[in-house]
Parts: sequence; structure tokens; C-alpha cells
Amino acid sequence: MIRFEHVTKRFGDKLVLDDVSCEIQAGETFVIVGLSGAGKSVSIRHMVRLLTPEQGRVWVGDDCISEATGRPLERILARFGVLFQGAALLQWLNVEDNVCLPLRQKTRLPDAEIRQRAADMLRLVGLEGVGDRMPADISGGMRKRVGLARAIVTQPEIILYDEPTSGLDPMISRQIDLLIDDLRRRLGVTSVVVTHDLYSALQIGSRVAMLHEGRFVVCAPPEEFIASPHPVVRNFLRAQGIVTLQDVHQAFAK
Amino acid sequence: MITREQQYYDPPVNAVAALGRGVIAACQGTGQALLMLLGALAYVPQAFTPRNRANVVTQLYTMGIKSLGVVTVVGLFTGMILAVQMGLGLELVKQERYVSTLVCNGILREMSPFMTGLILAASVGSAIAAQLGTMTVSEEIAALDVMGVSPLRYLMMPRLVGLVVMAPLLTIYMDVLGLLGGAIVAATMLGVAPETYYDGLFEFTYNKDFYVGLVKAVVFALIIVSVSCYQGFRTQEGAVGVGRATRRSVIVSFLLILTLGYFVTRLWYS
Repeated sequence: MIRFEHVTKRFGDKLVLDDVSCEIQAGETFVIVGLSGAGKSVSIRHMVRLLTPEQGRVWVGDDCISEATGRPLERILARFGVLFQGAALLQWLNVEDNVCLPLRQKTRLPDAEIRQRAADMLRLVGLEGVGDRMPADISGGMRKRVGLARAIVTQPEIILYDEPTSGLDPMISRQIDLLIDDLRRRLGVTSVVVTHDLYSALQIGSRVAMLHEGRFVVCAPPEEFIASPHPVVRNFLRAQGIVTLQDVHQAFAK
Repeated sequence: MITREQQYYDPPVNAVAALGRGVIAACQGTGQALLMLLGALAYVPQAFTPRNRANVVTQLYTMGIKSLGVVTVVGLFTGMILAVQMGLGLELVKQERYVSTLVCNGILREMSPFMTGLILAASVGSAIAAQLGTMTVSEEIAALDVMGVSPLRYLMMPRLVGLVVMAPLLTIYMDVLGLLGGAIVAATMLGVAPETYYDGLFEFTYNKDFYVGLVKAVVFALIIVSVSCYQGFRTQEGAVGVGRATRRSVIVSFLLILTLGYFVTRLWYS
């Protein structure tokens, strides 16, 4: 579904992605973990052409998004929904208008139908009845869920989540994780999640990839990831107090 | 896509290299701002389609109606100041009755579009740069890009239409107030009767003086929108970057209004 072919990206002297190659399969939840500044967000920004590689290519299906422009780029981007780190809601629109925005701007659907679909999406993310509130008047967790509703209202094939649980308390974080997992199962979308929260990664990921010094040092299903002997992975697991997958499941059960 | 990657360069090795880099950056910036302007102009025919209408009307209201107060005060006092200065000179040669002719020429050709341009650059232009800059650093512009909603159509075109429509209208409004301000000074300080003032207004004034002012207003509107949107869309580095974009937007707009205003005048009157 999404393929990185020898992607290299540098910001000034800093090498952020170093000859990265990987393929994300349709329908899976691919989680990228790593330390702050490891290049996790940089990698997903390449998937929607907010960044372009210095070397290499990024493919979405049969389309090379890293070289697309104009209408072909718009066509590829229509396959994506993106939840940005800060939700990126337009501050002068209320919650409902934010969710309606992509449909109002990109389709000719009647307004009543657009509002109905927005209401459905808000219900799906557990935010029924807040449509008339302004983004500034709701909590960070609610903003992220509104951002998610906006990302899925166009029924995309692929959803990118940039730090969906950062800055949220553990309870809300777990709710968002469950929501991501629920969306994958209900809508059958391909999900790419960037996070530094290993509990989230191991709970919702089909595969978890550890980005370190510009490369994916481990890319494996959760049970293999947790057993990886790679020192960076071991340190990362130890820092978050995870020894077995059971620890993760217990944290969610709480 | 409007979202652009940050460019990284090695530090310049000496002052000449720094100067050269500054010139190249200025040329690149001018080119990008003009491309944005052309992109937004291409969307103008869609200004009153259902999906854009509300945005355009909001901008017309914000830029026009909300600027009326300051334009009223500035217009009135510009006319009064011009009349005082001209009047003091004309008194020396006992030709006070020509004060309205001079005030009228000065207001229509120069002061009214110039002062309107400065007001709009300071109030509307800075607001555009600050708003778009904040949207850029909070990834709202990137979100629009990814949703396939062109920021040039959704954000820049309504501001372009708003300013290009409202700048000439505000200029005409300021023309009237400036002439009124001149009349007050002529009557109260120079002893020129209102009918004499009125007769003198159009004695040496031609249609060209009026429409050159309007041409300038449109040119200034294009400058303000291009500069402020460009500065907003290229904002980096958070709140500091927003402040920098706002300041640059006002300074660059002021300088361009001043210099291009001169060249427009020369073009019509040389």
C-alpha cells in the first residue's frame, strides 16, 4: 500500500532518514516508534508529500507520491486522512464545521447530507452533541478526536496518526488507542501511527517499527518486537517498564 | 501545495556572500509571492460560488466596514493638514482661494490612496500575516493541503477579492473626507468661502486625477495581499516566527507602497 524505496532525508547537516526502505501492507496498523527527534513524524510527512526525499521514492499503491504534482497528487492525497499532532483544527470554525470542511470543499453533496455524515463521525469518536462548540472551548483529547473525525469523514483508505496520544492523560490515551483499533476493524483502513508510547504501539500495532539514527532497526509484529535483542529496543522497553506483552494488556485492562 | 520545506544553507563565508544570499532570497521571495498571487487570481472567478461565498463576504466586511473608523479620522485630518500647509504657503502670495485646487489634486492623486494603503497594510495586512502565520505553525495550512483544499483558494483568494474591492471604495470615501477636511480649514483658518472652495476644487482637476488614485489603490491592494499572504504561508519557528512574519509584512508593504506609488504617478504624469 505504502512503500519507501531507499528514502534519505537530511535537514542541514542532520541525517534524519538514512536509506530507509519498507512496505506497509493494506489493512495493517503500522506503528513507528522511536526517541524524540528520531524522524518519526518526518517519515509520515513523506507519505503525504509535506516533505520530499533527498534520495529515493515514496509510493502509494502504484503512484509515486514523492514526484507527483497537481491533479495526480490531489488524487493520491484523496486516499489519505491525517490526524496531526495538535489536531490542526481551524480555530474560527466550530467542531461541526471543522468536520464538514473537507466534504464542503471537495464534494457537491447537499449540506444536509454533509452535516449528517459529520454527526455520524462525531458519534463514532464519542463526541455526540459538541458540534456547536469552538476548538478553543474543548479539551486536548476532544480536539484530537475531532481531528480524527475530520480525517475519516471522507472515508479514506489510509489514516496517518501523528502522535495521537501525546500530551494526553493515560485514560484518554487508552481511549484514543481503542478508537484507532476500532476504526481499523470497522472501516478496514490502513493505519500508520507515529508514537513514543510503547503501550499504545504494542496494543494496536500489526507491526511495530523502531526508528533509530535514521533507520528502522527492528520492524516486527508486537510479540517479536518485544523479544528483540536489539539494545535500543531493550532500552526503550525497559524505560517504559515493559517486559512482556502481558504488561501491555494488563495496562489496557485497567 | 503551499506548505514548503525549510531550506538549509551553510553560513555565508563573508559579507559579500551574505549580501548575495540576501539578494537571491529576495528574488526567490518575490517570485514565490507573485506565483501565489497568480494562483489566487486564477480562483477569482469562483469567488461567489456556494463554497467560497461566505468566506469572501466575511473578508469584504472585515476589510471594508471594520476599516471605516480609522479611514474616517485619517481622511479628515489628512485633508486638514494638507489645507493648513498649502494655505500657509498660499497666504504668502495672497492666493488662498486656490487652496482647494491644491488639496484636491494632492488628495485624489496621492494622499488618499497612499494613506488608505498604509492603513490597510498596518491593520489588514498585519492581521493576514499573523493569522496565516499562526495557521502555518500550528499545521492548519498543512492540514488543508493534505485534505486537498487549496489554501490559495480557501484563504488567499477571499482576502484578495476583499482588498481589491474595498481598497478603491475606501479611497473614494477618503477622497470625500479629505476634501471635507480641507474645506473646514479653508473656512475657519484661511477665510475662504465654501462656494469659492467648491469652485476651486475642479478648476484644475481632471478625471485622470481621480482614476490614477483608484489604480494606485488596486496596486496597493495587490501588494498588501501578496506580501502578507506570502509572509504568513512561509512562517517558521512558532510564535517568534509569527511576530517576524507580521513585522516583515508591514515593512515590505510600506516600502512597496511608497516606491510603486511614486512610479505609478510618474507613469501617468511624466
